[in-house]
Amino acid sequence: MFDYHALAPELILGVTLLAVLAIDLVLPERLKYLAGVTALVGMVAAVFPLLTIAFCDSITGCSDTGARAMFGGSYVVDDFALVLKGLFLVSGVITLLLSVGYLESDDYYQGEFYFLILASVTGAVVMASSRDLITMFVGLELVSAPAFLLAGWRKGDLRGNEASLKFFLTGVLATAVMLFGMSLVYGLTGQITFAGIAEQTAVLGLGSEPAFVMAVVFVLVGFAFKVSAVPFHFWAPDTYQGAPTPVAAYLSVGSKAAGFVGLLTLCYLAFSAVPEIWGPILWVLAVASMTVGNLVALKQTNVVRLLGYSSIAHGGFILVPFAMAASYDSVGLADAFFGSITYLLIYAFMNLGAFAVVIAAAAKAKSGEIADWAGMNRYAPATAGLLSMFLFALAGIPPLAGWFAKFVMFRAVIGTFESPWAVALAVIAAVNAVIALYYYARIVKSVYMDDVPISVPQDQAAALRTAPSLVLAIALTAAVVVIVGFFPQILAFFGEAARAFPS
Amino acid sequence: MDWFENGWGLSLIVFLPLVGATLVLLLPRKQERVAKVTALFFAFASFAAAVYAAVTFDLDSSASFQFGTDQSWIAAIGSRFHIGIDGISLPLLVLSTLITLLCIVYSWNHWPEPHNPKGFLVLMLVLATGMNGTFVALDLVLFFIFFELVLLPMYFMIGIWGDRTKIRLPGFKREVETRLYASIKFFLFTLFGSAFMLLGFLALYFKSDPHTFDMVALAQAGQMGAFAGAFGGWVFAALFVGFAVKVPMWPLHTWLPDAHTAAPTVGSVLLAAILLKLGAYGFIRISLPILPEQAQDWAPAIAILAVIAIIYGSLACLAQTDMKRLIAFSSVGHMGFVMLGIATLTDIGINAAVIGMVAHGLITGLLFFLAGSMQHRYHTREMSRLGGTMKLMPVLGGLLAFTAMASLGLPGLAGFWGEFMALLGSFNPLDGLSLTVFRTAMVVGAVGTVLTAGYLLWMLQKVNLGEPPAEWAGKEWHDADKFELAAWIPLVIAIFAIGVFPKIIFGATDGAVVNLIRSAFGG
Repeated sequence: MFDYHALAPELILGVTLLAVLAIDLVLPERLKYLAGVTALVGMVAAVFPLLTIAFCDSITGCSDTGARAMFGGSYVVDDFALVLKGLFLVSGVITLLLSVGYLESDDYYQGEFYFLILASVTGAVVMASSRDLITMFVGLELVSAPAFLLAGWRKGDLRGNEASLKFFLTGVLATAVMLFGMSLVYGLTGQITFAGIAEQTAVLGLGSEPAFVMAVVFVLVGFAFKVSAVPFHFWAPDTYQGAPTPVAAYLSVGSKAAGFVGLLTLCYLAFSAVPEIWGPILWVLAVASMTVGNLVALKQTNVVRLLGYSSIAHGGFILVPFAMAASYDSVGLADAFFGSITYLLIYAFMNLGAFAVVIAAAAKAKSGEIADWAGMNRYAPATAGLLSMFLFALAGIPPLAGWFAKFVMFRAVIGTFESPWAVALAVIAAVNAVIALYYYARIVKSVYMDDVPISVPQDQAAALRTAPSLVLAIALTAAVVVIVGFFPQILAFFGEAARAFPS
Repeated sequence: MDWFENGWGLSLIVFLPLVGATLVLLLPRKQERVAKVTALFFAFASFAAAVYAAVTFDLDSSASFQFGTDQSWIAAIGSRFHIGIDGISLPLLVLSTLITLLCIVYSWNHWPEPHNPKGFLVLMLVLATGMNGTFVALDLVLFFIFFELVLLPMYFMIGIWGDRTKIRLPGFKREVETRLYASIKFFLFTLFGSAFMLLGFLALYFKSDPHTFDMVALAQAGQMGAFAGAFGGWVFAALFVGFAVKVPMWPLHTWLPDAHTAAPTVGSVLLAAILLKLGAYGFIRISLPILPEQAQDWAPAIAILAVIAIIYGSLACLAQTDMKRLIAFSSVGHMGFVMLGIATLTDIGINAAVIGMVAHGLITGLLFFLAGSMQHRYHTREMSRLGGTMKLMPVLGGLLAFTAMASLGLPGLAGFWGEFMALLGSFNPLDGLSLTVFRTAMVVGAVGTVLTAGYLLWMLQKVNLGEPPAEWAGKEWHDADKFELAAWIPLVIAIFAIGVFPKIIFGATDGAVVNLIRSAFGG
């Protein structure tokens, strides 16, 4: 019998998906936003079963607690999956809030947009639970395919076309490489479930088999494209800049987090017997992503592009705890999971908030160039204040939430301080944290300390009202960033839930 | 008052300014008067609570932490909200609340451009929370948060209200405004240091058994030899970078002259009076007790860097033409004496460091106030254009003369004890430390006191004495107004009082310092 309770979030999302498609057909043009509202309601509704599953113990009439495995262990709903599903749904909700006003002011289709976002989020939710190669692959494609279309939403715009095409081509290439790797894994082990692969790897002693090493590398490379880790990152800044800004926000948080989830579950469940193969690769990816992402961000003049590079750098920080995987004991491994997942949670709120304010600020200044935002404090003090708040949060300056993300990341590496590689990694990360501050502060400097350019009509900009849905999104993320900064335990609680995962 | 002693008192001292900042932030921008009164009220309440704590502080057990509490905070990483004060932190905490209060009084009608008192007051109050919090934190993570909390407000203070003079940096074609260059330099230097400090904290956490961030527990473990050997050496180095940037010690000091000179008057006062103390306090509170063995290894190096700072600071002062920059460089030298005191690892030296910090806070704070007020009147800080202030504005000139005397270490005023006792301590450092190094340091430091007197008297001669230059003739001069006097007179009184009766400070510190030295170094 199916465990409908455990599948409820996916079912709700599926029904909403169809509903959005259907009502979009009958809605008149000026009521199209109702499709967005439906999508929003569906996503919020999908959060509730997550809570009832998580707190099943304390609900009367609810039985069958603990990890729920289905379909022969291919689909598992445990605490780790629940936390990540929650993360995907929340980032989906915030993305929708960003989109409603943005699409209203643009003359592009709306209904399909919400449908595609929903589809992508559903894919991510499936990924969090998938425990075999095929489910994982289907989930990942469900995340990516709608995203290709979303990236090219502004089809009249040249950059939009470039964004979509680049994203599509590299995405397909990554998929092909990954599939090839997966087929090799299947061929060598004869298994598709992660548990089976891990077992066979150990039994057959595949760790030193060149074909298996190649297979693991191919799979990792495929995911490295998805999470835009350097040197597989080059599509990201172009795509972020060309895509509608809410889509860029979703790509840099939701879709990226999905990539990380796939990477981590594969490494720790399927390839858990051979950390010596993927550990060093992750070390290199982490260092390269942090360093290149930050250094290139220094030279950017466009805010969204800068955030694109900064998200590459943050991807590096998220990988840092896993780079030392080969030398972790079980406590260290739990700390690493705790570190990366907590980082991901905090990063999601910071980055979505930053994108939200960027949308508001770009509307006021009628530009996305840092130089055109000069003196924004004069005509839009609240936007300027919130913008600098989110940027300093991303930089990891206390008391904003970002400090805790950096802290748990360092904590996981320093836990293995006997290894010189760990110390080197920690030092590189520390230097990178300082570099990152410089480019975030450069935007703040422009907004607070430079004079308003003549081209900006100040009165008009000051009078411009921000869409209520956008205000709501900013308020939500800002509240989380401030409160978590003082009381990190709130999000750390969810990170703790992921701690037990690899064991 | 039981509640006051159970941690609520200290929490009030730390968080009242933050509450005030939130309220001021919510006020409309036009309500300047309400904003000022609110800020003043919360700063005063914080100061009053600190004074009450000082009065009820049990001096007989100044070595133990009082008014403290230890509450659950971030269970996931084992960090707790553990606060408390002993005899070493008490004087610094009172100093910090006093200076914040006086800065708000001084600001009452001295707003730097661009005006916006609301924003300025919010930053000042957030800064106060960071400074007060650093002096009461007994958990490394909590300490880190407060230590970093001061960065943002100071960055904005310098960057928005700072000096707009353009400078050309070596190697760059374009000119930048001093405030922009100085603010980001300050931010990056400090963040660089504290990133390594954080790594050090984490290493201590993982090496301790059971894992803890608690300073008291870590100190006990450290004194049992838990962090001996090369591991401790690396950790000490990491913490050293963090604290030495903040002090600042030569050669990590280069942010200081830029930041102090570019900052608005109140910003310079807070930087000099309190922010610099955070670094030195970190050495005394964290590095020495937790890593005593490494502290002994590093002490000679610290002493050498300290005397270099003393001599270098003094010589740099003699080369300045800008009055504010001269005072900024004098801080490098004075903090050199503080670090020399700490490096001796003796009770005399560390007592000297604490009283030196308090005295430097009072004296240099006042000097920056005076320099700011003079700039306000002359619209220049170039000493070659100044002169005859005693004739134009006798009160302002007189106060400058008094403060310069205090700064050069005139016996009977607060500045004397820190310098004199630091030198005394280095004559006879902790057993096992190289006598050659420390006695040489003492002699060089003594030369430094002469140079200090030299540049301060030189400054007085240029600014105060002689006839006023022709360009100032025929103008109307306003001597110190009531807000300025209200901000300065408490400082003057404190400088006198501590100079004549240093037991005000030693009474609190001595017990704690002797206990620290005995338990960490057996001396």
